Amino acid sequence: MRLALVLSEVGQGLRRNLSMVVSVVLVTFISLTFVGTAILLQAQITQMKSYWYDRAQVAVYFCTDFSTVGTCDQQAATPEQIAAVEAQLESPTLAPFIDAYYFEDKQQAFENFQAQFEGNAIASLVTPELMTEAYWVNLVDPTQSQILADALRGLAGVESVVDQRSYLDQIFDILNASSFTAIGIAALMLVAAALLIATTIRLSAFSRRRELGIMRLVGASNRFIQTPFVIEGVVAALLGSILAAGAVVAIVQFFVQGYLSETLPQTSFVGLDDALLVVPVLLGVGALLAAVSANVAITRYLRV
Amino acid sequence: MIRFDEVTKVYRGTAKPALNNVSLEVLSGEFVFMVGASGSGKSSMLRLVLKEDRPSSGSIHVLGQDLNRISSRKVPYFRRNLGVVFQDFRLLPNKTVFANVAFTLQVIGKSKGFIHEAVPDVLAMVGLDGKAERFPHELSGGEQQRVAIARAVVNKPSILLADEPTGNLDPTTSMGIMTLLERINANGTTVIMATHDAGIVDRLQRRVVELVGGRVVRDERGGGYVTQAVPQVRPDIVIPAAEIPR
Repeated sequence: MRLALVLSEVGQGLRRNLSMVVSVVLVTFISLTFVGTAILLQAQITQMKSYWYDRAQVAVYFCTDFSTVGTCDQQAATPEQIAAVEAQLESPTLAPFIDAYYFEDKQQAFENFQAQFEGNAIASLVTPELMTEAYWVNLVDPTQSQILADALRGLAGVESVVDQRSYLDQIFDILNASSFTAIGIAALMLVAAALLIATTIRLSAFSRRRELGIMRLVGASNRFIQTPFVIEGVVAALLGSILAAGAVVAIVQFFVQGYLSETLPQTSFVGLDDALLVVPVLLGVGALLAAVSANVAITRYLRV
Repeated sequence: MIRFDEVTKVYRGTAKPALNNVSLEVLSGEFVFMVGASGSGKSSMLRLVLKEDRPSSGSIHVLGQDLNRISSRKVPYFRRNLGVVFQDFRLLPNKTVFANVAFTLQVIGKSKGFIHEAVPDVLAMVGLDGKAERFPHELSGGEQQRVAIARAVVNKPSILLADEPTGNLDPTTSMGIMTLLERINANGTTVIMATHDAGIVDRLQRRVVELVGGRVVRDERGGGYVTQAVPQVRPDIVIPAAEIPR
């Protein structure tokens, strides 16, 4: 009996200010799509980080006849100097941190370079003499590259010690920045959505102020007066959340899996299972946001 | 049943109190007229009884409860013991007579069976049987006020508050409404009615409480709109000359 009454009140409220309800649906739709995208972007960054960081190596570059940085003085590293570095890598102080290492001479470096820049004009300008000899080191824990740098940087014949992660960090910084931008926009939109829901509920309450006045007069409990409005807000916001969830799943399905994965087959991307994990989050955020802002909005009408 | 103890009510932003140190007791089953000019504090008293407002000072007891001590959560349950009727009827225009009365019971959670039994009974009592399916705009003013009274008493409240219930009605219709209120009073409901209608007050000869400028200046049993008996002398009340209307 009372449930039917509450639901009929909800239906009445939704029908009475349809245009406001549509705007609530659209704003929650857009804002939660941003939220979902930001979450997936973070997931993507984490996934790529763990993939690439595990493969990132530390390069110990040796001096060439042309280099002037580090300990170099336009003198190529001698075989003794190279052996001294290897001895350091094998020493009890560094060995526990090192998983594996190998030496790359000028010829190998040249071949790798040619393979990497195949078809690029720069490939034809490079000769083996220009390439740098290096030790490529895989660390047990990729975050500890500083130890290696501190130990080897000052040695004679060492030009530089470079952690490849520093190149990756730039890429991740860009991706992070874009994900924070998405979160920022999402936050702004969520504020707009919350205010819009509150306004919609106030309007709805205003258009029913006669009923509300009589309800209060005859002793309807606050919960009874409140519930239809809260449900009204939650229904509108949930519609928007469902649309947003659909949009996020569609983006992953058609753009990420359908387009990006085809174009960049070596990279692993977020999949449908990640998208489906985001869906309940979006529905939850939408419903909670609406419930809280509708509750706050209607409280003004309940003061006795 | 209702007791005001030295109640003062000052509305925010005004210096002059709407009620000034009012003490009054209404017993169970009484019929009380509250008379006085507009702005003398009649409606303020009714609002305080309903706990729509809090007094600035003093205490009010209604049905054995101290209104200052009722939490706002409990107020709706307290109000279920009171019925209220207004000058402007306050019916829901998009609901039928039956639905208007039933709405009261629905929102306090009464069962469908109870509603279908109680509503026709109360409509018959106020003289509206056969009009249950009409809408308010299809009824005369007197009939609309009967719907409002039916709505106020359908839950069998112990107190009925009426704020100028005949203010919009002609004298004949007003007398019909008064007969109805007397019958409700005869069934044991305490009735407090604020009114300007001298004819009604004079004819019914009930207890009359007169307010001037927020003070009780007369409390007379079997009185008229204007005092005929020798006024009760209340040494505690001194009215400044400026507040007595000429």
